[in-house]
Order: sequence, then C-alpha cells, then structure tokens
Amino acid sequence: MTILKVSDLTRNFGGLCAVNNVNMEIDEQELIGLIGPNGAGKTTLFNLLTGVYEPSSGKIELNVDGQMKSIGGMKPYAVTRLGLARTFQNIRLFKDLSVLDNVKIAMHKNIKYGVLAGIFRLPAFYAEEEKVEKEAINLLKIVRLDHKKDEFAKNLPYGEQRRLEIARALATHPKILFLDEPAAGMNPQETGELTALIHEIKEKFKVTIILIEHDMSLVMSICERIYVLDYGKCIASGSPEQIKNHPRVIEAYLGEEI
Amino acid sequence: MTVFFQQLINGLSLGSIYALIALGYTMVYGIIKLINFAHGDIYMLGAYFGFLAITYLHVGFFPAILISMALCAILGVVIERIAYKPLRNATRIAALITAIGVSYFLEAGTQQVMGTSVRAFPQVLNNQVFNIAGLRITEQQIYIFVTTIVLMLILQFIVKKTKIGRAMRAVSTDSDAARLMGINVDATISITFAIGSALAGAAGVLVGIYYSSINPLMGMLPGIKAFIAAVFGGIGIIPGAMFGGFFIGICEAIVSGYGGSLFKDAVVYIILIVILVIKPAGLLGKNVKEKV
Amino acid sequence: MKKMLNKANLYWLLFCVGGYALLMGLMSAGIIDAVNQTVIQTIIVNIILAISLNLIIGITGQFSLGHAGFMCVGAYSAGVMLKQIGGLNGFFIGILIGMVINAVLALIVAIPTLRLKGDYLAIATLGFGEIIRIIVLNMDITNGAAGLVLPRVVDFTILFVFMVVALLIVVNFTRSAAGRACISIREDEIASEAMGINTTKYKVIAFVIGALIASWAGALYAGNFYVINPGMFTYSKSIDILVIVVFGGMGSMTGSVISAVVLGFINSFLQSFSNMRMIIYGLALVMIMVFRPSGLLGTREFKFSSLFKRFTKKKEASQ
Repeated sequence: MTILKVSDLTRNFGGLCAVNNVNMEIDEQELIGLIGPNGAGKTTLFNLLTGVYEPSSGKIELNVDGQMKSIGGMKPYAVTRLGLARTFQNIRLFKDLSVLDNVKIAMHKNIKYGVLAGIFRLPAFYAEEEKVEKEAINLLKIVRLDHKKDEFAKNLPYGEQRRLEIARALATHPKILFLDEPAAGMNPQETGELTALIHEIKEKFKVTIILIEHDMSLVMSICERIYVLDYGKCIASGSPEQIKNHPRVIEAYLGEEI
Repeated sequence: MTVFFQQLINGLSLGSIYALIALGYTMVYGIIKLINFAHGDIYMLGAYFGFLAITYLHVGFFPAILISMALCAILGVVIERIAYKPLRNATRIAALITAIGVSYFLEAGTQQVMGTSVRAFPQVLNNQVFNIAGLRITEQQIYIFVTTIVLMLILQFIVKKTKIGRAMRAVSTDSDAARLMGINVDATISITFAIGSALAGAAGVLVGIYYSSINPLMGMLPGIKAFIAAVFGGIGIIPGAMFGGFFIGICEAIVSGYGGSLFKDAVVYIILIVILVIKPAGLLGKNVKEKV
Repeated sequence: MKKMLNKANLYWLLFCVGGYALLMGLMSAGIIDAVNQTVIQTIIVNIILAISLNLIIGITGQFSLGHAGFMCVGAYSAGVMLKQIGGLNGFFIGILIGMVINAVLALIVAIPTLRLKGDYLAIATLGFGEIIRIIVLNMDITNGAAGLVLPRVVDFTILFVFMVVALLIVVNFTRSAAGRACISIREDEIASEAMGINTTKYKVIAFVIGALIASWAGALYAGNFYVINPGMFTYSKSIDILVIVVFGGMGSMTGSVISAVVLGFINSFLQSFSNMRMIIYGLALVMIMVFRPSGLLGTREFKFSSLFKRFTKKKEASQ
C-alpha cells in the first residue's frame, strides 16, 4: 500500500531550482535510499517532505488512515504529528539536556495530560510521566544508550549522538522515518552497527525508512529501492543493482564518459 | 500644511541626532551582535565633553565637536576593552547585562562628578532665524543637518572604500574567517567602537546646542529611540540606521506638531512593532531563514 | 495522591512552613527591624517577578523586555480597585481584573511578536511595555503621572503565600510535558518543531503564565508600598528584573530566588551611599558578568532528592 506519494514536486530558491519536478511513490515498510552528488537537493527534498520548506509547486500526499492527505506546506510539527519523523544532517540534539530528556521531549505528542494537570500535579500527570519514562528508557535500550541516560547529549561521542537522534525520532511514533546521512562521520565498524540497527528498527517498529547517505556500501546493502537526484532532478530509481549499472548515475557521479 | 512642513524641518534636526546615535548601535551590533545599552550614555558624555570644552577652553562649534568626538572615541574603545572583550564568547544576554552595568556606571559616575542638576549648554552659534515661505528655520538646525550629512558621507566612505572598512565588513560577516585571512579582529572591533562612539559624541554636542540644556540621564530615552531607529531600518545595516533615524525623528515631530506630544513615544513604539510584524528583519534587512 | 506526598515534597513543605515561621517570629520579636522588613517585602515581590520572567526568558528562551508593563497592569488594577472598593475585597477583585487584562494583553503581544527572534523580540516587547505605561500615564482613573496613594492592605503572610504559589506554579509547569516543550524551544527551535511540538503554542502559554504572575507581583506591590506611579514601570524596571534573572542563572528558579535575595540586600546596603550606589551597582554587574557569565547557578536547581543522593552516597562510601 502506498504510504507517501510525491508528484511533480518543485522548490525554487530565487533563480535556483533546488528540487525540480520530483516524483516518488513509496510503499509501507519500504527501505528507500536517496543518493546523489553534493548539492543535488537531497536535504531540500527532506525539508520539503517534513514541512521545513513550502513547495513552490507539486504535491506531497501521505496515507493517513487509508486516505491520501496532502501535507505539502504544512508546519513541521503538524507533519510530525501525522507520522513523519526525521534526523538532521548536522546533528540537532538538545545539547544541554540529558539523553533521557531528549527522548522524552519527542514523546510530547502522545502525552495525554494538559498544562493545568501538569501545574496542579493531578493523578494523570504521575501516571503519564511514569509511562513516558518507561518508554523512553526502552527506546534508549534499543539504540544501546540506556546506560548513558543522565549524560548531557553534548557529551556523547559522535556516533552515539547520531543514534540518540534516531531514538528521539522514533519517540514520536513515526510511520515514516527520514534519516539524513545517519552514517556521516562514522568509522566502518560503527557503520556496520548502524546498518544492523536500521534493520532492527524497521522490523521492530514496522516503519518505512527513507535515508540520505553517501556511504554506498551502506546504501547498497540495506536499501530495497534507491532514488538518485542530480541538480534537483530525479535521474533514476530502482533496485540497488539497477542503480549501480544505470548510465546516467555513473555519469552524474563520475562525469561524462569519454 | 504649514504645520506639517514646519514639523518636517524640526523632525530633520531631531532625526539627524537619532541617526547619528543609531549608526553607533548598528555598527557595534553588526560586528559583535551586542546591543550596546551604554551607547546612549556615550552620547550624553559627548554632550558633557562639548560643554566642558566650550566653557573652559572657550572653543567654537567645530573644535568642540572634534574634541568631543575624540574623547568619546577613546572612551568607547576603553569600555570595549575592559567590559565587553572578556565576554566575547559568552552568551549575548550576558554581554547585554554588562552593557547595562556600564550604562548605570556612566550615568551615576557623571552624576557624581558633574552633579545631578540640569546644566545650560553655552550658545556657540548665532541664533539667527530664517523665514522661508512661512517656515521657520534656525541656523542651529542648518548646522545640525549639514554636520550630520557630512559625518555620514565620511562614514560611508570609510566603510565602503577603505581597507579598515573592508576589514569591518569582513569581521561582521564572519569574524573567524576574517581572522584566518589575517585581519586583526580585535583592532577592527576597537575601531568600530571608536567610530560609533565618535558619532554619538557629535550627536551629543549637537543636541546640547539644539536644546541648550544637558543632564546626566539625557541619554536614556534617545538611546532607546536610536536603537529602535536602527532596528527599524534593519540592524547592522548602515543606510538602514540613517533612514530609521530620520524617519523616527520626523514621525515624532509631526505627532507632537499635531498635539499628540503625550503619545509621541507610544507612536514610535507602535511604528516599530508594526514594521517588525510586517518585516521582521527591518525595512532594509533581509529575511534569512536558518539552514536546516 | 501517594506520589504527591513523597519525601522531597514533604521536605519542601517543611522548608516553606519553617521559613515562614522563622521570618514571622523574627519580625514580631523585633529582631528584623522595620527597614529590613521593607527589604524583605521588596525581595518577595522581586522573586515573583524574577521567576515569572525566568519562565519566559530562561526556560522558553524568549527574550522579553516588557515585563514591567505586565507588572504595571497588575499594580494599577489592584490600585484602582483599592480606591473604588477598598479593603482586601477590592484588592482581590483588582488581582482578578489585572489577570484578565494581562491575559488578553499577553495574547495580543505574543501572537504577532513571538515570531520574532532574539533582539528583535526584545525591542518589540520593550515597545509594548512602554505603550502600556504611556496609556496608563494618560488615563484619568489612574490619576496620570501623579499616580495613586493607597492604603496598605497586604501583610507578610499574603506576600509569602503568593510567592509560594507562584513558585509552585512555575516549577511544576517547568517539570511537566509543557515545560519540557518550552525548554526544547530554548535549546533548538527547529528540532523542537520537528519533534511534533507546536512551538508557537508553547511560547504563548509560557508568555501568558509569566504575564499573569507578573500581574500578581504588581498587585502585591500596590497593596504593600502605599504609592504607585507610571514612572515605576519604565523599561528600566524590566531591565532590573532581567538583571535578577541573569545574575541567578537563566533557567534556574533556585538561582532567581537566591539572586533576588542577594541583590535585595546589596541594594539596601548600598542605599546609604546614595550617589555611589549606582556606580558600585553598575561595576558589580560588569564584574559578575565578566567572571561568571552564566550567572550564579547556570541552569542548575536545588533539589532535595539530589541532596538525599549525596547523603546516601557519602554513607555508602564511609561504610
């Protein structure tokens, strides 16, 4: 079943067309790779899908309870509430807060007590907070950070910060998880662990995952389908095998064949 | 209609003074992102320096302005070195509190040394009045306006055409990159403070001549209004500050001219809020969205 | 209910009651003289102001310089009602009216301006604060620039109770889901929004709660100090409150309380130096910021629970 449908999506910045007529159709629980040279518009596409930018034209539709709903131009928090979550290319953790608080904050949309219940400490407050704490620790266990729950996020090593960002995104209970260069700055061993983690998450949470990545070994080993962007245009899509041998992809990465 | 044009002329003099102060705000903000709350007090001290120079050295208009500008420049640099430099990497709000501390210190210090009372500013210009088409223009107003324009032209020349101006622009865009390119960032910041403070000093002398009275707290309100002028035009942008200064001055004069002097400050704030709501980066500012 | 009566909360309760009893005892025994009583009353009003501003600036990260305006509304609502109705009844009706006006004003201010960032927000809120003051200055019912002379209807008990309630509200809010949302806005607005938090909504909520509590402070001031006039509520007042917050550490309520106490006594001590007072105060601000730019406590809080942890750790170590 289609969960996300992008049709003729375009975004201009002044004279620059960062994303140009992109079409995508993504099924439930697929693991999609999004690759392309630097400046191809991958992150801009993520930003369009997650509501950070408004599309100049085109449509983004998300499957909400069996109905396709247009989400283009919705605010990021509203998009997240509908089930899209993301990590950032330049890590954007809440640096001066504890690892646990980072995750708890992301659980906000599922907390069922209001401002007044919080101020007056009504029973709902205690019940929900207990639940939140439990779930947050569970999520941290999955990314193997539960032993560091009281550490400041800024004090974690780089690889762990990336994992914490994934846990934080999962805490919003997403249907689709967007990972923006999750393996950037990791060594081969960490990348290997990350690959296993992504698989684990996909199995456990039944989410659709879309990831931007430059590490081709990671992309080719885990992605079921790959979209290739170049100069804002989608130049190819298909299985890893098809992409590897696609003449336009080779051209985009290696320059024109002589 | 005469009232309107008359207030326009009065507003130009008032606006000149706001614009000169606003330039200092905007330059300092542009380069180290600090709202220099003490800037209004440097303007106040500029008035006192002018007052002392005229009273005790018996100098005329131009020497008084130059002396005041020089002393204010030195003062600005000293304040920057002692109070602001240690906080360059601290949070902006910490730097802001420091500026407030400096402001209290300068105000109270002046009260201690010069007394709290209002002083009469000696008249160094002939108070000749020209009547043109039913409008009243005083010689002082002409001096104020012309001095302001000349100072702005000099400033524009320094910023756009000289090496130090290029360094200032480089530091305000990215001080780390500027440092890597061999620019002496500390010296550049000092010079920025010197120029900004000198302009405030000039404004102080001009306002002393215009209103012929000075007091140690005279810097507070014009300081805030000049800051508003800077924000109005787009803070960090030099032409924005000039434009904002003139605009605020003229608005204030016109509101007073039509009998709203009790509300003239409120009008300034309302204009500010309206502009910020419509165009959050100020009139000439560019809206920069943070990169994700 | 059981969870509410945990050890830490019980200690806080004891701490408050004990503090109240101690101060009350010292006052009635005459050990705290009239001058120092006034200092304590000022400190309590300042604590309420500081924690309410800290909620906006320290917790939510929204730089507001218009707090004096909200205090002004609270003070005049209570003052006018004290004149019209009189007595404690008038005072409490005044507080309610002040809260209603402030809630409306805070919404009017917040919705357009909270889109602004940093210094732009600061100057816009400063403008709003001044507009409120100028309106009060030009009204008849407020008696213009001369202000109002009022009877004293507030005693130490009322001041203390309001302070404790304000602290409870702010601290509990900060430690709830809404408070976490506010903190995440301070830390990184873009990430916060990406985590499903309606940032505008929480900025407005924090701003409104801050404004409501500031209106209490204003009312208490009016009910306690006999005189109010518009000159007391200029932007310099907002800056004074800001100084307390920054000095204590932005984001730390404990810090705000300690800082209000310390600055209150420093101020009263410097009173005898008249003109030198502001010189020393100014220098002190510069020194504090140069040597401790994150304030006394940073974002740390005093907690009984961490005190227990320390004790138990020490015991374990000694065994």
